[in-house]
Amino acid sequence: MLPPRVSPSGTFGPFGGRYVAETLVPALDELTSAFHTIVFSEVFQTELRELLASYVGRPTPLTRAHRFARWLDPEAHFLHRLYLKREDLCHTGAHKINNALGQALLAKKMGKTRIIAETGAGQHGVATATACALFDLPCFVYMGAEDIRRQAPNVGRMKLLGAQVIPVTSGSSTLKDAMNEALRDWVTNVRTTHYCIGSTAGPHPYPELVATLQSVIGEEARAQCLALGSLPDAVVACVGGGSNAMGIFRAFLDDPSVALYGVEAAGDGVASGHHAATLTAGRIGVLHGSKSYVLCDDGGQIQEAHSISAGLDYPGVGPEHAWLKDSGRAHYLNATDNEALVVLDKLGKTEGILAALETAHAYARLRDIARDLAEQRGHPVTLLVSHSGRGDKDLETLLTRLLPLLPEPTRAY
Amino acid sequence: MPTESRLSRIFASRRVLVAYLCVGDPSLDESLELARACVRAGADVLELGVPFSDPAADGPVIARAGARALARGGGLSATLRVASALRTESDVPLVLFGYYNPIYVRGEARAVDEAADAGIDAFLVVDLPLEEAGTLRRLAANRGLTVVPLLAPTSSPQRIEAVRLAHAEVPMDFVYYVSVTGITGAAGVQAADAGTKARTLREALGLPVVVGFGIDSQEKARAAGQQADGVVVGTALVRAIEEGQSAADRVERVSSLIALLRQGLDGT
Repeated sequence: MLPPRVSPSGTFGPFGGRYVAETLVPALDELTSAFHTIVFSEVFQTELRELLASYVGRPTPLTRAHRFARWLDPEAHFLHRLYLKREDLCHTGAHKINNALGQALLAKKMGKTRIIAETGAGQHGVATATACALFDLPCFVYMGAEDIRRQAPNVGRMKLLGAQVIPVTSGSSTLKDAMNEALRDWVTNVRTTHYCIGSTAGPHPYPELVATLQSVIGEEARAQCLALGSLPDAVVACVGGGSNAMGIFRAFLDDPSVALYGVEAAGDGVASGHHAATLTAGRIGVLHGSKSYVLCDDGGQIQEAHSISAGLDYPGVGPEHAWLKDSGRAHYLNATDNEALVVLDKLGKTEGILAALETAHAYARLRDIARDLAEQRGHPVTLLVSHSGRGDKDLETLLTRLLPLLPEPTRAY
Repeated sequence: MPTESRLSRIFASRRVLVAYLCVGDPSLDESLELARACVRAGADVLELGVPFSDPAADGPVIARAGARALARGGGLSATLRVASALRTESDVPLVLFGYYNPIYVRGEARAVDEAADAGIDAFLVVDLPLEEAGTLRRLAANRGLTVVPLLAPTSSPQRIEAVRLAHAEVPMDFVYYVSVTGITGAAGVQAADAGTKARTLREALGLPVVVGFGIDSQEKARAAGQQADGVVVGTALVRAIEEGQSAADRVERVSSLIALLRQGLDGT
């Protein structure tokens, strides 16, 4: 487990902090203290490692994508090798379980008797419901009504796992509104309840806690790359709140030769105003307890995000990403709904891997990244992608939105 | 400065009734009328609520009001315009009540200047705990304004002491005690217990303490007011506005609720 990167006051450079109602401050103090004393203890680490191995299926493999790499660059002019860190092979189908399992174990040790969570794509909700079933904790998941509609399979999974899914109809009925509702629940039931936040967002210590629990992705991937001979030239991940990206980036932060790229959701295109590209087009503000980039108007009112991917459909982003952007350590690009759909289709047909819509955004910029980097470095580059989740949950969206984009002969599903 | 402020004068004179309005609900013009009605009916302090897109500390009643207000052009600028209009005609203390992002995006220094020019007396920012409020408190003090801290049932003795130290450094006018762990409009408030807690806090801090969240009846105002320096009515007032059938009906409902709570408070 990597050492913390957050300052003692909970900031990453000028970002982060704790912008919450007074009632929650003591709970955040309690969680911070438990994080330091419990999570970093040998006992906890041993227990978590055992669960990650025997229950989640870690370490997840590194897959070399030959055919997809040649689709991107047939003559290997700029892309040498492409490796996928297969978080889709985790139990429950995405990286979210790494964090949910760790937080549920922590909550149990803190004596909390009830777990709440917010979810967008439903992957964090499913992961939390799974961890709660395993640890015998009652689980309540807040989910926007719009997301319940577009991620129906995950709603069913949560219910089968014993969780209560609570529809949220305020605002845009998506992830940010689910988070507001979860915060309302937490402030009301704070003494007994642990709020299991699913991304590297929220008030201190959540961004650090979630990044710590997710950093297993990058630690494994880095060792796997070294075992294959060398570090990659760049690591690429999709960014909504930013947990899979932070999870894979952290292990490479001190490797100056490894460039880091996050890809945000551009929805209909950044220029259209219908997007979720917070780091690209947002401004510095405060949302859900931390200072970071946000999408908001001149009056400070938060704007609705738009993305085909429920997991990236969020007008904020984790504060550590804001700091990595402003400090220049990581670069942030974006991909539209249609770009994500097209590349998702191609990955399926060349590698036999159906990515989650969130994950597909990372693939949509690989060609650009490889081309630029190869030019800078004077040789074809090796890229490592955080393949954060699988696409089963997105079937309905894929079949309705992808089909019209494909040329006629390939439409015969 | 603090002993001269409108807020400290009112706290020195009687048990204080604080009325919260979500500015812009149901319209900016009506908010001004409703604010006047509150003062006529016996409110001592007005909390002018700046509607926010993501009111995570508010219950459904105030959250709905915020959405209506935003749809009618509400926000920080509009709230300050209503404050200016009130200030030209009344000396009632005005507290700008809201979430941090509109203030942060405006720029804290500019927000303080505009608030001071509009006749605002204090800021109350629900998602800006003491640790994050240092800059706003210093900027506000330079213009003769204060920032109201909140304390909750979960606040530890260390946090209460932190408020005392912050007050010694940059004086405050009063403290807002959140009567329950919950969101605005929470049910099941033990008003008398909250009043007792408020008195304990006043003794520890040397500052007036008002009780808010869940004060919705004459009985609760009386029970809390026996030991607290004042009470805040928010959700019940906003609900009265929501249930009103016409502008006149809304003024009538707001006035009678304020009068009722005034009686409850004065009956102590």
